Amino acid sequence: MSYNSIVLVKQVPDTANISGEVMKPDGTVNRAILPAIFNPEDKVALELALQVRDQYGGTVKVITMGPPKASDILRECLYMGADEAYLISDRKFAGADTLATSYVLAETIQTIGNFDLIFGGRQAIDGDTAQVGPQTAEKLGIPQVTYAEEIKKINKNAITIKRKTDGGSELVEAKIPVLITVIKEAATPRPFKAKRVMAYKNARTLMELEKMAEGNSLLYIDQLKDEYITKNLFIKTITTDDLDVELERCGIAGSPTKVHKVESVVLGASAHETIEPSKEALGKLVEKLMEDHIFG
Amino acid sequence: MSKQHEVWVFIEQRDGKAAEVSFELLSKGRKLAEQLKGALKAVVIGEKISDVAAECFKFGAIEALVIEDTSLKHYRTMLYSRILGNLIQEHQPRIVLFGATVIGRDLAPRVASFTKSGLTADCTELKIDTITYLRKEYPDLLLQIRPAFGGNIVATIITPDNPVQMATVREGVMEMSPLAKPVNGKITKFPFQKDATDDLVKIIERHHEENKVNLKAAPIIVAGGYGMGSKENFALIRELADVLGGEVAGSRAAVDAGFVEHARQVGQTGVTVRPKLYIACGISGAIQHRAGMQDANKIIAINNDPDAPIFDVCHYGIVGDAMQVIPMFIEAYKHKLK
Repeated sequence: MSYNSIVLVKQVPDTANISGEVMKPDGTVNRAILPAIFNPEDKVALELALQVRDQYGGTVKVITMGPPKASDILRECLYMGADEAYLISDRKFAGADTLATSYVLAETIQTIGNFDLIFGGRQAIDGDTAQVGPQTAEKLGIPQVTYAEEIKKINKNAITIKRKTDGGSELVEAKIPVLITVIKEAATPRPFKAKRVMAYKNARTLMELEKMAEGNSLLYIDQLKDEYITKNLFIKTITTDDLDVELERCGIAGSPTKVHKVESVVLGASAHETIEPSKEALGKLVEKLMEDHIFG
Repeated sequence: MSKQHEVWVFIEQRDGKAAEVSFELLSKGRKLAEQLKGALKAVVIGEKISDVAAECFKFGAIEALVIEDTSLKHYRTMLYSRILGNLIQEHQPRIVLFGATVIGRDLAPRVASFTKSGLTADCTELKIDTITYLRKEYPDLLLQIRPAFGGNIVATIITPDNPVQMATVREGVMEMSPLAKPVNGKITKFPFQKDATDDLVKIIERHHEENKVNLKAAPIIVAGGYGMGSKENFALIRELADVLGGEVAGSRAAVDAGFVEHARQVGQTGVTVRPKLYIACGISGAIQHRAGMQDANKIIAINNDPDAPIFDVCHYGIVGDAMQVIPMFIEAYKHKLK
């Protein structure tokens, strides 16, 4: 029996490698200094979906919601082996918190349809919320298995998964369809295949084709799109026109949480006492800590 | 008392024992409820949990909402989220708090999605204040303060237009403060109703190891960072901890490098500690680490980089190679103890 998977991926600022000031003088976040990367746990999720396909057959589709530039990671998904990629991008979806994001994702998944397993990383490194997975599962009315560490087996319409818990682990059996969020220990993402990089480096979204057409009067967008579809290089692009969504549940309008204030982390004034790295000075420090009843 | 001012805490229990984070949240929730002039209530779901429910009164809950059934013995997403979601939908508490544990982070988003509530993850501070947002005044909002962008900024999140505001908080972030005298609270039981979705996910096996490491209770902690250089060098951290009768800890970088096990990680994604003494060796002091230790009574920092941010939060700073300073420190300590 084969299984069709959908993988939810996100392009994130590389918060671990920040150089320079995160905040601009006007108090907004300076995203320009943050290189955009494929969220690490989402890449693990894709690897796991590809492993399921390799073993049981079926398809792997990837979805991301984000600005047009997020197509970068969709091409990476194609390089790794994804069968199809979808970019959800529309100004009306911008500024979404996890609730509004999961709403659009769930609507898109339902529109695509025909899925058995949905995978995603446990959390994205820019917000670390771990909320979008469970919220998407709730909206789809399907169960969820979070913190997945290993797929033990898939048998007809049930999947057995080892998941991490607080101070231990558990083995669960979930009925398919199910949404699974994975931790980094679950798999090591495969490297890009050179052949696939050659094949898909020119894959483009609708927005990217529109841009190409704008700069060249000889190119007509519909023709261009048809050409890319024929060559299997078209990254399906989903906007509000393609979904039957309530706009008041999308983007900033559909987000109950609002950012009231953002502050740069300011370090406290350094008022510490400097101790020389010598036996005498350290001896005095030990004495002082004894007087303070910290030692002894 | 208006229901709209209620503060609820989801009480996480394992085998009939409440998680510490739940009591920490009740302690914080009590203060929030006082400011809102509302009631603090505990929601307890499980099997044979009357002791857990009664314990909540020690932390100021005036009522425990209890749902008991054998099928609720262990946490399962579908059942717990359905029960809690329905309760919240019906009673509309103003605030609902969860521990940011694996259970809390599995449950809270599902409940928030069902009730269409705002949810903020991993808050490090919660306050009540009147806020003007888009020229409209919102009295008594919950200010949900959390680090973002890998800890480089701190954001204050509000949920202005929703009746229910939800937040998760990591263990150890809020202080646990039992009352001198427990509240004479009441236990309200709600019936459990089965549902067709209950068994979509079944637990086949459970492995639980009681956390043998208890960093939170340790009066002295010796922590090493990536600057220790190797797992072998990290032995020096253990030696110093042994001599001082303290516990060993590490920064995230040290854990990622395999110098020390994850259970001993201090910081935003590890444990938050408040020991009498914290000795940071070869730890640069990224905000994520400082968030987990800056409330220690006394902090000693040993680092060969005089500009390391750890020196901004320490009380005693030693600029030097930890590999040389630690043996000297051990010697000095043994000498003075004689």
